[in-house]
Amino acid sequence: MIACLALLLVCQLTGEVIVRMTHLPIPGPVIGMGLLFLGLVIRGKTPPILEETANRLLSHLSLLFVPAGVGIMMHLGLIGANWLSIGVALLISTAVTIAVSGWLMQRLAARGR
Amino acid sequence: MLPDQLQTIWVYLAATPLLGLTLTLVVYLIGQFLFLKSRRMPLLNPVLVAVVLLILLLKLTGTPYQTYFQGAQFVHFLLGPATVALAVPLYRQLPVLRRSILAILAALVAGSLTAALSAMVIARSLGASPSIILSLAPKSVTTPIAMGISEQIGGLPSLTAALVLLTGICGAVIGVAILDRLRINDPKARGLALGVACHGIGTARALQDSETAGAFAGLAMGLNGLVTALLVPLLARLF
Repeated sequence: MIACLALLLVCQLTGEVIVRMTHLPIPGPVIGMGLLFLGLVIRGKTPPILEETANRLLSHLSLLFVPAGVGIMMHLGLIGANWLSIGVALLISTAVTIAVSGWLMQRLAARGR
Repeated sequence: MLPDQLQTIWVYLAATPLLGLTLTLVVYLIGQFLFLKSRRMPLLNPVLVAVVLLILLLKLTGTPYQTYFQGAQFVHFLLGPATVALAVPLYRQLPVLRRSILAILAALVAGSLTAALSAMVIARSLGASPSIILSLAPKSVTTPIAMGISEQIGGLPSLTAALVLLTGICGAVIGVAILDRLRINDPKARGLALGVACHGIGTARALQDSETAGAFAGLAMGLNGLVTALLVPLLARLF
């Protein structure tokens, strides 16, 4: 368990260092995800204990967004003053993006089979 | 209890991280309880309920966000390792990934363009100011990338952070219903759509849908950050 958490943190840390060195427009944890993925591909299997730790952590991924979400309160004024344009843009854009990318992926994946 | 005794306790609690941390967990549990009790009614999404309740609570008690965040940062910190952990479900999908890499890339670029262009066009047609339009452009990618893009193109990074979260919550609330309505049943497509349109919050929602969906959402979220960082600065020149 501790070893797995250390592994995840080492990947994240390496990702952060790579970002600082290369100025890539990607956050450190996402690079860390790529590194761990590469490691698993090279190793050829996921150790069961890592599998378990990852599942534990990911089963409550939603919770981890709450603190940042509460930060919306800092911008209530600006959002409130532009609520119509922001609200409509967010709602329609999100809906259309989900529809377009989901539909295209389903079509193309079915064809490739 | 005497009022001044209450006051002493409040002064103590407000100064420690304990209160913010405890409140975050308790309010999230309330959100999850309501979500499951209502048979997953979309509007009772646990993140939405928790965020609304916490904002109300902080506003009512006059507590600044910074004070709350001193406690909540311990939960926030876990976002990093959790993002890294997404490699595990992703690796499980390796055979599928190899087979459909072209489909993934095509859907990704289409999704990234749609997300940025539609938001900018709609906001402009409704008369939003240029800084708001530009702050909206990177709304579908994960917060740190979105803030970087926003700054680069002349938006307001901190407003972008709030818009990114609103987009995520919006997608978590309406996303699954849209996919069901359009009969998009392939878990790969469901996950990719949620990951492209609403980053980590979409990924969290996709993980509740199925493991395959979660893995594809995590992949889409990561790649979309890269694609959007390349495309949006070009699109922004049109506005």
